[in-house]
Amino acid sequence: MTLQSLDPVVFRPISWAALLQAGRTTARAALSRYGLLAAFLVFWEGASSLGWLNATVFPPLHLIVAALWDGLASGALVDDIAISLQRAGLAYAAAIVLGIPLGLFMGQIRAVEQALDPILQFFRQTSALALYPVFILLMGLGEASKVFVIFWATLFPILLATIGGVKEVDRKLVEMARTYGATRATVFLRVILPASVPQIFVGLRLSATTALLLLIAAEMIGANKGLGFQVMNAQYNFQIPLMFAAIFLLALLGLGANYALVTLQRRLCRWADAA
Amino acid sequence: MSVADPILRRGEVTIRDLSKSFTLNGRRLNVLRGIDLAVGGGSSLAIVGPSGCGKTTLLRVLAGLEEPDAGEVLVDGSPVHGIGHQRAVIFQEPRLLPWLTVLDNVAFGLEVRGTPRRDAREKALRYIRLVGLAGFETAFPRQLSGGMAQRVGIARALTVQPEILLLDEPLGALDAMTKLTMQEELARIWQEESVTMVLVTHDLEEAIFLADRVLVLSKDSAIPPRLIDIDLPRPRDRSAPAFVELRKTLMAGFGLH
Repeated sequence: MTLQSLDPVVFRPISWAALLQAGRTTARAALSRYGLLAAFLVFWEGASSLGWLNATVFPPLHLIVAALWDGLASGALVDDIAISLQRAGLAYAAAIVLGIPLGLFMGQIRAVEQALDPILQFFRQTSALALYPVFILLMGLGEASKVFVIFWATLFPILLATIGGVKEVDRKLVEMARTYGATRATVFLRVILPASVPQIFVGLRLSATTALLLLIAAEMIGANKGLGFQVMNAQYNFQIPLMFAAIFLLALLGLGANYALVTLQRRLCRWADAA
Repeated sequence: MSVADPILRRGEVTIRDLSKSFTLNGRRLNVLRGIDLAVGGGSSLAIVGPSGCGKTTLLRVLAGLEEPDAGEVLVDGSPVHGIGHQRAVIFQEPRLLPWLTVLDNVAFGLEVRGTPRRDAREKALRYIRLVGLAGFETAFPRQLSGGMAQRVGIARALTVQPEILLLDEPLGALDAMTKLTMQEELARIWQEESVTMVLVTHDLEEAIFLADRVLVLSKDSAIPPRLIDIDLPRPRDRSAPAFVELRKTLMAGFGLH
């Protein structure tokens, strides 16, 4: 052990002024960002408790929070979350696994892209919800049709964004790579794929929103579990706080998915942020 | 100081009876007709001419990016087709990959050619230093100025240690001050690297400053190209009477004064 490590530790007196200043800065930032949201929640609680709002339709927030807590503690809502996540996750994953490779392929081969574009545009414009009855006819009212309708709706944004990303790759960069003797595979891996990533993420984020939308719709028809079912079911049974608790969880799911995608995108596309 | 290994590079380019035409709106355009040319190993040639005279086409044929209709290109005596490892191209735009750092961009050419990443990076570092970008290895292209980005492009081409460096108006997009600095840099790099250089430019002063010989192409492909020797000592002085005189002669050839 050297003498240096025996140096007396200097205790610095805590500077209350600095601490206060730091706290003030944080508070101001939080207020400007979340102030309006907090005001909205306070208004809801107050207006409902004071009877300005019909408390049966808009129960006070503390009742909603209580319903949420009960649901989570008893495990009932946890099951709903699990089954909803499973349906949306399975469909979303399938859309990614099929959409991104297919898009990468289609974007590079002009003839394929041109031949398939009209049919893709047609399918995209056909509402997946309108097709849900068709899927039910084909696959029954069980899990398969639910997952498939979400898959169907999420596939097209991912596929079209990926095709767009590949098509927009700067041909000059491809030519540059070729002058160094890059093979088609190298050009694809080192130029086309990384250049398409930002566009692919546009599709992924769009699809995540669509997935939740379709999930709720699918769960409102012929389901006996899931957050979408719970919203509908609680309303039938007049458990309004529970209904709002399920709605709140769905919103949270959407926020969480978006946050995860944005974080992943930031990590993969660090170069686009650097300025 | 020379970064390159003291190996003897050859890089002799011969062009034999080269012709190239394009069809534009149903009209056949003879861009190049019966071009014969020899560029000695380690020498520098500038190709000048009005826009549409085919100077960029000639360079793209040399690079292997375009196939000639007739005639052939020989490197060190053997005919070449398509893209080859003896040649590297520097374009008017830096053409950097925005998701790679300066270091990875410079190493890109070597990595594409199969050099292990470690070795490629090590070599890239040397050329980053040569073009004066030491300290910017981890920067992304977005963070660079136009001149710096073009230096990265130059370093990338040099890193593969080509026998022949093909430059397509490499300083055309830079501002006047940066352009002058980069001309001096190119002159220095060309001498240090003992590489054959073929430079397409629309800047006559740049051609005289950098080249051993200037090939003047005409817009009318029936008029044979002229080859002018630039017999000036290096490093060249833009204000030297002989330099100014040469520029006047060249400009007069284009009907300019």
